[in-house]
Amino acid sequence: MAGATPKEIGGIKFGLMDPETYRDMSATKVITADTYDDDGYPIDMGLMDPRLGVIDPGLECRTCGKHSGSCNGHFGHIELAAPVIHVGFTKLIRRLLRSTCRECGRLALTDEEKEEFSEKLQRTKDLGGDPTDVLKSAVRQARKAKTCPYCSHPQADIKHEKPTTYYEVQDVLAGEYSERIARAMQPDEDEEGEEIGEGMAPQQLADETGIALDRVNDILSGEFRPRQEDRKALEKALDVDLTEEDMNKLMPSDIRDWFEDIPDEDLEALGIDSQGSRPEWMILTVLPVPPVTARPSITLDNGQRSEDDLTHKLVDIIRINQRFMENREAGAPQLIIEDLWELLQYHVTTFVDNEISGTPPARHRSGRPLKTLSQRLKGKEGRFRGSLSGKRVNFSARTVISPDPTLSLNEVGVPERVAEEMTQTMNVSERNIDRARRYVQNGPEAHPGANYVKRPDGRRLKVTEKNCEELAEKVQPGWEVNRHLVDGDIVIFNRQPSLHRMSIMAHEVVVMPYKTFRLNTVVCPPYNADFDGDEMNMHALQNEEARAEARVLMRVQEQILSPRFGENIIGAIQDHISGTYLLTNENPEFTETQALDLLRATSVDELPAPDGQNDAGQDVWTGRTVFSELLPDDLNLEFTSSSGDEVLIEDGQLIRGTVDEDAVGAFGGEVVDTLTKMYSETRARVFINEVASLAMRAIMHFGFSLGIDDESIPPTANEQVDEAIDSAYERVQELIGTYEADELESLPGRTVDETLEMKIMQTLGKARDSAGEIAEDHFADDNPAVIMARSGARGSMLNLTQMTGCVGQQAVRGERINRGYEDRTLAHYKPDDLSAEAHGFVENSYRGGLTPREFFFHAMGGREGLVDTAVRTSKSGYLQRRLINALSELETQYDGTVRDTSGTIVQFEFGEDGTSPVKVSSTEENAIDVDSIADRVVDAEFTSSEEKARFLGREEPPTNLSEYAGPGLDKAQGMGAQSDD
Amino acid sequence: MTETTVESVDTYVDAHEHVTEDIALVVEDTDLPRRLKDRVYDTVDAREGVTTEQADEIAQAVESRYLDTRVDPLDPVGTVSAQSIGEPGTQMTMNTFHYAGVAEMDVTQGLPRLIELVDARKTPDTPIMIVHLDDEHATDRERAHEVVWQLEATKILALGDVSTNVADMLVSIDLNDETLLERWPTYESATEVAGIVADIIEDNLGVETRRTGTEIEFGPEEPSYRELLQLVEQLREIVFKGIEEVTRVVIRKESVDDSDNDEEFVLYTEGSAFADALEIEGVDASRTTCNNIHEIYRTLGVEAARETIINETMETLEEQGLDDVNIRHLMLVSDIMTNRGTVESIGRHGISGSKESVLARAAFEVTVNHLLDAAIHGEADDLNGVIENVIVGKPVAIGTGDVDLRMGAAPSARKSADD
Repeated sequence: MAGATPKEIGGIKFGLMDPETYRDMSATKVITADTYDDDGYPIDMGLMDPRLGVIDPGLECRTCGKHSGSCNGHFGHIELAAPVIHVGFTKLIRRLLRSTCRECGRLALTDEEKEEFSEKLQRTKDLGGDPTDVLKSAVRQARKAKTCPYCSHPQADIKHEKPTTYYEVQDVLAGEYSERIARAMQPDEDEEGEEIGEGMAPQQLADETGIALDRVNDILSGEFRPRQEDRKALEKALDVDLTEEDMNKLMPSDIRDWFEDIPDEDLEALGIDSQGSRPEWMILTVLPVPPVTARPSITLDNGQRSEDDLTHKLVDIIRINQRFMENREAGAPQLIIEDLWELLQYHVTTFVDNEISGTPPARHRSGRPLKTLSQRLKGKEGRFRGSLSGKRVNFSARTVISPDPTLSLNEVGVPERVAEEMTQTMNVSERNIDRARRYVQNGPEAHPGANYVKRPDGRRLKVTEKNCEELAEKVQPGWEVNRHLVDGDIVIFNRQPSLHRMSIMAHEVVVMPYKTFRLNTVVCPPYNADFDGDEMNMHALQNEEARAEARVLMRVQEQILSPRFGENIIGAIQDHISGTYLLTNENPEFTETQALDLLRATSVDELPAPDGQNDAGQDVWTGRTVFSELLPDDLNLEFTSSSGDEVLIEDGQLIRGTVDEDAVGAFGGEVVDTLTKMYSETRARVFINEVASLAMRAIMHFGFSLGIDDESIPPTANEQVDEAIDSAYERVQELIGTYEADELESLPGRTVDETLEMKIMQTLGKARDSAGEIAEDHFADDNPAVIMARSGARGSMLNLTQMTGCVGQQAVRGERINRGYEDRTLAHYKPDDLSAEAHGFVENSYRGGLTPREFFFHAMGGREGLVDTAVRTSKSGYLQRRLINALSELETQYDGTVRDTSGTIVQFEFGEDGTSPVKVSSTEENAIDVDSIADRVVDAEFTSSEEKARFLGREEPPTNLSEYAGPGLDKAQGMGAQSDD
Repeated sequence: MTETTVESVDTYVDAHEHVTEDIALVVEDTDLPRRLKDRVYDTVDAREGVTTEQADEIAQAVESRYLDTRVDPLDPVGTVSAQSIGEPGTQMTMNTFHYAGVAEMDVTQGLPRLIELVDARKTPDTPIMIVHLDDEHATDRERAHEVVWQLEATKILALGDVSTNVADMLVSIDLNDETLLERWPTYESATEVAGIVADIIEDNLGVETRRTGTEIEFGPEEPSYRELLQLVEQLREIVFKGIEEVTRVVIRKESVDDSDNDEEFVLYTEGSAFADALEIEGVDASRTTCNNIHEIYRTLGVEAARETIINETMETLEEQGLDDVNIRHLMLVSDIMTNRGTVESIGRHGISGSKESVLARAAFEVTVNHLLDAAIHGEADDLNGVIENVIVGKPVAIGTGDVDLRMGAAPSARKSADD
């Protein structure tokens, strides 16, 4: 390992391989169709020959001398007894057979045509098109030629019998040629009554065709078969067809000979690389044997060896190959030879691809189809998508997640067990040697310990409980220590499905007891995580470059704004919003102890001047004042809250209004959004953290719970709901009445039935809404469910309506429930009953309970939802995969254009104006408020010249790299690092 | 950047009353794009008496805000856009619902429609056109109807009753006078129109017709029951008027903001034949649209197709309550689909299938064929793209991977000397 230079691939060239190269490259010829001998050693020149590489530990590779693990393996080869066709190229072989001359091998195109196709090919290449299209059209053109333009040899038609058999369809002299000639020479007058043609004497025929008279007589007597030119002449003279179709099977060896004659220039015109891929190489004469390492055998529990599918296939090939050779040497009849040839072809075919249509797949003893070369590459779990595009990594961990409101949103709680496995490399120097020694001294099992040390000579030593003390002494500057994760390290955290970039963010480690990853609840929206058993992955970064990138670009606070809609995606959720709502809606008063308790988990430790005094004469602070403590002093904002009142913030003080979802929530909370954009990500992070903890304190101060009684309304209200529903029923009955009386006027473009359905749906929809309104009127403003719905914390008024008033119409495919029995939904109803209850209207509420029939209809609607979700996830997943694949190369350049990696310009300026979707919300008309800027400048509202300079200039906020360096709670507790800026 | 001269700013000075030459000079000196410079002029113009110094400060402040909002160079905007469209896909419905308030029509929406657009299907599942009318026809219901009859395919069943007389081997059509006059408004008498109808039948079916008033009769040449029924079948398929593809037209009154009339009639058609519809008199070709990208492409060109893709995807998202998706993402998708001058789909048969890199294509779909073809054509993969580099294990040339950083070796003294 030491001294090994990392190899970088500069490019990859594709081509076919010359059989001679195979032989040269091959480590050994394989002739024995067996793997291991009775002692368990690989057989020489067998499929597991040690020259092909080694997989058993302890053995030495006979080619490179390395041991298993470090030897990559070497190819071997099998000399095939007869050439066989490579299945992957059957179509191309067919095309070449059809477009080239049987005799001279040249492409049946004139020089001009060839030139034309060469040009076309060049153009296609320049435009990034598919060269196969040009090849196809060239072949189509060449096929039209009846004779070769170079040697004038007639072109036979080629029939292709899938997968690998080719026939040459030739016109050959019919067996009864003499009879045909004779008939043509003496037309039978009796047959049709009129003469078909004039008869012709042999002498005349001889004159006309230029064939000697005695030869003509020979031909007529059937003693001499006319040669091709003579046959043509005869046909012309007598106007008769002397040929019949003959199917001549082309053996792979014939095809190989044919292809060898195709000149390079002709191949180039077809877009075939004449140097790298001669067409005759598509017919295999030598079969490469993949190295043992590519097809390792596994030892089962009972000590038996189980071979890889490829090995099985190779065994088959060698066996048949052997039999073929023996039979041929023994001079077996042609029929047997051909059978064996076909069998060999079959085995080589399935070795390459075992999913060829029309060929039975080769099967394992158990009946399972074998996984051969093509199958290894294909598909989601194949080499390309499974192993090359998606790689397995070390230093990763996965466990269940759980919430921890005491963490900052930038942090993640990492269980000790995980921290002890994931290590970070420490380069020991004079400055950190004490720390490094302490880690080593702690050993691998105590928490801030170390697992390995690396000496300057490159030797890696495992730190164990036994040697840790001793090893700690030896650590010197220049050593490397693989220490455990400690608080403040940066790691990458991810939850699948990773639908957007906020699904993978960098967090700072906080090592914790127990076995779950802990995260602040405000990062749930970007990950789309909840705590019902979700698991997440963590990756420890392994070099400085990666750690720096993660800190600067990937940390949670850098991802507060979503590029999808340009507003914050991280913010208060659920109880946080209920909390701030309780705190600010009715603006309650708090005593000093209470107010300080609310703010205890924030960086605020002093209260402003009190807002007044309570009846007991104590100083009091209002909820809005307490909330305002979290805002920066120069913040000015005005917006409408989701509960509908106007919120006004002036100079960092919440003057009026309720702070709820539209102010601090995830998905575009106004205050969070403004802080992130106008101040800095760091300021927004501090704010979100503090709002969350203030809100939790507030909600705990007031107490917040939801019980079954919170969804009940007085009996009188229930009666009103019933009335509303009854009157809706009546209206539905009226509609049905008019429909049955044939008096219903249909809506334009709709049938009467459709109109009726739509009207009934409308009526019943309104009935539920009015039930909801009645219920809403009877809820107190402090009803927790109402608070949650109004503030946007969770749930909606519709949910409440369904719980208290009426669940409403159940729908399947956007219609009332119509399926089930013939003309009715359930056996409980009369056929053709159009009433509301017979088609899935649920008049009860969830709280009141559904009748069995209602429950059934409700389950139908619910099932549709489930099915829909299942179908949708797979469809949208594929859509996203395609989108990503198509767009992944696009990148903005320094000149503002958007180009792909090959330099093609896709947009001259991103989004037509070059503004970033992260920084500008899609709903904003103008990102820059020139008017208010002008106002400020003209009115000169600046207290200091610094403020003015800040306003005019571009202020780059200092790069914040850690929770430990910067505003907010002092994580380092007064003794830690300062920001680097 | 070229030096701003006094002459070059004349246009802005002339256009705004309160913009002086000096103000124009300082504003023109910034890196602001045209639209923002114009907005600065407008703002300065709106409040009289802005000094040159203040204007300079305004321009500076606007410039800093502008530079703040620009995309960073080397930003992987493609992936971000793809994610921004793909991610909300999980939140969409699979159902077909009514079209933007037009309760009379069913239109494919949600995820299926989005997939359809990205696939660049030749014909959408539910093709529609939104036909706007010119001033003359837009306000008058009667005149709007004239356009409707030009659009909607009129079949025989809409014109009258068809009956078959098996005894005499005759098909007889009893045309409705009112309908005829309604649909052929330029004609005076119904019999005249009936004549036209009869001619169309003769042309299409190759039979002799007999007409008395508005009744038409015809039958097969030789009495054959089968042929008679066949004739009736064929008769039903004949389009007497309008565009064959347009099966239904709905008229709606809609309010408009940019015209003198508050409301106008807009036609929604089921089925589309965009090129034909634009030819019809009374159709406002500048506002009429269609949801078939390829039809737009054929009649109006790629740029129009690009615009249509943006509009259609945006509408689909808006319909699902996802109107917050930034339109710039849709623009990028639309731009890559139309980048080569034709409409290409996103996927195996379009963008992904025509990538330069063999490995990128092989990693997407139909792996083996791409590899075999690459071998035949002797292709070489230069490993420029993202996917190829992931495969071979090299850093990708996007974002931070696209930056080549070399530590400066120049002595630090040089810098201060420059100052």
